[in-house]
Amino acid sequence: MEPKKIVPYWKKDRKNATVNEFAMAIATINGSGSATANNILLRTLFRMGIPVSGKNIFPSNIQGLPTWYTIRASADGFVGRSEVDDILVAMNPASIVDDIRRLAPDGVLFYDDAITIPATRQDISVYPMPVKQLSRAADVAPALREYVANMVYVGVLTVILGIDLDILKQTLSDHFHGNEKAVSSNFGVVTAAAEWAKSNLKKIDHFHVEKIDKCQGCIMADGNAAGALGSIFGGVQFVAWYPITPASSLAEGLNENLPRLRQDPKTNKDTFAVVQAEDELAAIGMATGAGWAGLRAMTSTSGAGISLMSEYAGLAYYTEVPIVVWNVQRVGPSTGLPTRTSQGDLTQAYFLSQGDTRFIILIPGSVNECFEFGWKAFDIAEHYQTPVIVLSDLDLGMNQWMTPDFVYPDKPFDRGKILWEEEFEKIKETWGRYKDLDGDLIPYRTVPGNKHPNAAWFARGTGHDDYANYSEDPEVWEAGLKRINDKVLSSREHLPQPVVEKMDGAKFGIILMGSAEPAVNEARAILAQEGLPSDCLRVRALPLASSVKDFIQAHPRNYVIELNQDGQLCQLIKLELDCPGELISVAHTDGMPLSARWIHEQLTAREAK
Amino acid sequence: MTESQKPISTQQLNFAGLSRADYRGLQSTLCQGCGHNSIASQIIAACFELGLKPEQVVKYSGIGCSSKSPTYFLSRSFGFNGLHGRMPSLALGGSFGDISLKGIGISGDGDTASIGLGQFKHLVRRNLPLVYIVENNGVYGLTKGQFSATAERGLKLKKQGTNPYLPVDIAMEALVANASFVARSFAGDPKQVKELIKAAFSHKGIAVIDIISPCVTFNNQEGTIHSYTFGKDHEDPLHEISFVPARDEIMVQDFEEGTVREVEMHDGSTIILKKLEADYDPTDRWQALRILQEAQENNWLVTGLIYFNPEPPSIYDLFNLPDEPLNRMVESQLRPAKSVLTDINQSLR
Repeated sequence: MEPKKIVPYWKKDRKNATVNEFAMAIATINGSGSATANNILLRTLFRMGIPVSGKNIFPSNIQGLPTWYTIRASADGFVGRSEVDDILVAMNPASIVDDIRRLAPDGVLFYDDAITIPATRQDISVYPMPVKQLSRAADVAPALREYVANMVYVGVLTVILGIDLDILKQTLSDHFHGNEKAVSSNFGVVTAAAEWAKSNLKKIDHFHVEKIDKCQGCIMADGNAAGALGSIFGGVQFVAWYPITPASSLAEGLNENLPRLRQDPKTNKDTFAVVQAEDELAAIGMATGAGWAGLRAMTSTSGAGISLMSEYAGLAYYTEVPIVVWNVQRVGPSTGLPTRTSQGDLTQAYFLSQGDTRFIILIPGSVNECFEFGWKAFDIAEHYQTPVIVLSDLDLGMNQWMTPDFVYPDKPFDRGKILWEEEFEKIKETWGRYKDLDGDLIPYRTVPGNKHPNAAWFARGTGHDDYANYSEDPEVWEAGLKRINDKVLSSREHLPQPVVEKMDGAKFGIILMGSAEPAVNEARAILAQEGLPSDCLRVRALPLASSVKDFIQAHPRNYVIELNQDGQLCQLIKLELDCPGELISVAHTDGMPLSARWIHEQLTAREAK
Repeated sequence: MTESQKPISTQQLNFAGLSRADYRGLQSTLCQGCGHNSIASQIIAACFELGLKPEQVVKYSGIGCSSKSPTYFLSRSFGFNGLHGRMPSLALGGSFGDISLKGIGISGDGDTASIGLGQFKHLVRRNLPLVYIVENNGVYGLTKGQFSATAERGLKLKKQGTNPYLPVDIAMEALVANASFVARSFAGDPKQVKELIKAAFSHKGIAVIDIISPCVTFNNQEGTIHSYTFGKDHEDPLHEISFVPARDEIMVQDFEEGTVREVEMHDGSTIILKKLEADYDPTDRWQALRILQEAQENNWLVTGLIYFNPEPPSIYDLFNLPDEPLNRMVESQLRPAKSVLTDINQSLR
């Protein structure tokens, strides 16, 4: 049997029936309370078994500016960003002219009938919605009418697209944790709008949804929540943070979940502490102190925050203190685009701080992996006694993704070489804080509270010898710094290894990282049916595993696809791996997640040469 | 410590069974006559006399001459020499490892009042139990004699010319940030320094001691406010201070009635303030602010316990922390059960 042919979303025929395949943009005004409506819509589709993703394209503002929520449904499971919208829900008069102009040929428009729409498009199907009229009838306080008004489009969409109302009601109930008043007032608007649509609208477009079974074993979550939960299962004990978009919700997830998940049932005492610091440098300073004192310590940040943290990161690196730093990347340099996504901090993170440094970097590619790296990061940091930077990004961190269930850690804690009184007594004669006793480049550490009279040592960012004593000796300096560098490099085969996916008769290789995966997978599937099958390797950690080199050498050409201007992953591969294979950088950054269409265009053009 | 490990010494042993030698540090590498050395000696004396085991103390510092000094005392204590001006955050995080330990942070005027003013004030506001000593000499020593933020307006330094700016008053900054223990002293008054440090170790919160500690190399000119001669001539102690730990009985007969003020500390210790010319009540914040203001206006080096309040909750009181040190906890206490994750997955469908 011929495999089902994939129609690229940018070549979709919208004049014929399309089931469970669409990209929808919901254009609203930020601060108008559309988040609940959008989440309900997204999760209802997910519970209907349809693979979906939801992306919030929002401004750096609290109230009043245009914002878009995009939902992509794909029975084939392609849920990367689509820059083409099949369906537009227009609730914002300020952006409607542009929004309609961008709507795909033969697209579908739902609009608030209080807005006068331009008569620029003859090809589209148009549905007016009496938002004011229906929300005025809602059983809510006048102040809340604006919020429930968003349920009008949810109600109209259920009828026109065929969304299951029972599932939607259950989703609302779960969302409001069973608060009946909230459920009934919102669902009241949904049903009123649905009733109105049944009586007043005739279906004229060709999109509809129906229940399938493509979401088994999956959950829907964002990467920041997953990172927070993963850290909790990794035993995080100390968190210091400073608010910054798009990282704040990670720390907030810790704040929200730690009290319920990490209170000792016997003593009713907390096994953690969370401190909101006065800035990012203080946040990582606190984490460094806590990591040095033997706690599983972390901080989370983005953009300017990681720059501010760089000085303490260097101190933690050189004093060999385990800490975990989450960088949920946004667009830089400078304040950049604070609410847009990027993979632009890779090189900075790897060589953060002054002097020769090299940090262990973990790069989750899915929400599920944010959970996994959440707990693994502590084991790696404590094992190697070094900071671990987890590079997520806004798209992964703040948007809702369908992802396989979180998997319970399959390994016990790795606390590394930490010595308490009894073990210390056994090696006290030969011990030095930075002495490589086992020949594996990792020394033994002791932490405050160890009562052995010989266990103390003095941590310092200045030159120090094997015994942590101050030293300006050239040989001591060189050997000390080299051991740390070699120690970090020695982790390369023990970090999360690259994920390789192969196709028969692959013509080239693709290398990627992080949240680029959905768009790359979709582009690869389309390229393959056009005669350009490829193999693909997703980097999950730095320093790079040697298998990256093997992959490169096994392909005549390798495209390194990433979301930054300079092609940073490509640069690092060239720098770090001495390999003769051909590497071609395919990189760009405009604040939006990568799309299959852009990747397809790029690779098609390059392969045509 | 086992008996066999105890140093064989004929010296006097303290309450913890240790000799003064157990509190020593490495040889100082600061200049001969530096005020900081005298302060290090008083830290040793204070810890010895208190009977604190070195293993109970954790040392922190920033960057600068002052911040080098933690290696000159308590070699048996853990210590962390952090970033310039950012010791407070390090000390805060480090303290959560085991909150039964006693922290001491050593900073300088550049470290606290210039680059580190932000972290300093936030640490004070959080009331971390920490003896926070500022070795204040008005000048950058390690970079060879530039003005710090506590240098007085009009100060002339060899290569810098005249300082055009008003100084930062560390004690006042601490006070307005709601510090619960604020003292000022002078490195040339070792007894007062020692007694203040002892009291500071007993305080359940931040204890800021701003110690004028002359820099003999770059800022010890006759008449300048951070010099030895100025300190000797202008020191105006508020009281004669002695600290009586909780375990000792106060011998009231030592003092004539009405001549002392006793201040009870949270741990049952007492600070005894012997009145000098005028009575001074260190529990009155208004009076504390006034005395600092007057000292500034009249060029006095006012020393002693400027403000003390044992009541405010420390940062530890704001958390629901267990008695067992967090850093001794193991996986079974820190990783939720598998069933918890199953429920989480279920809630995300």
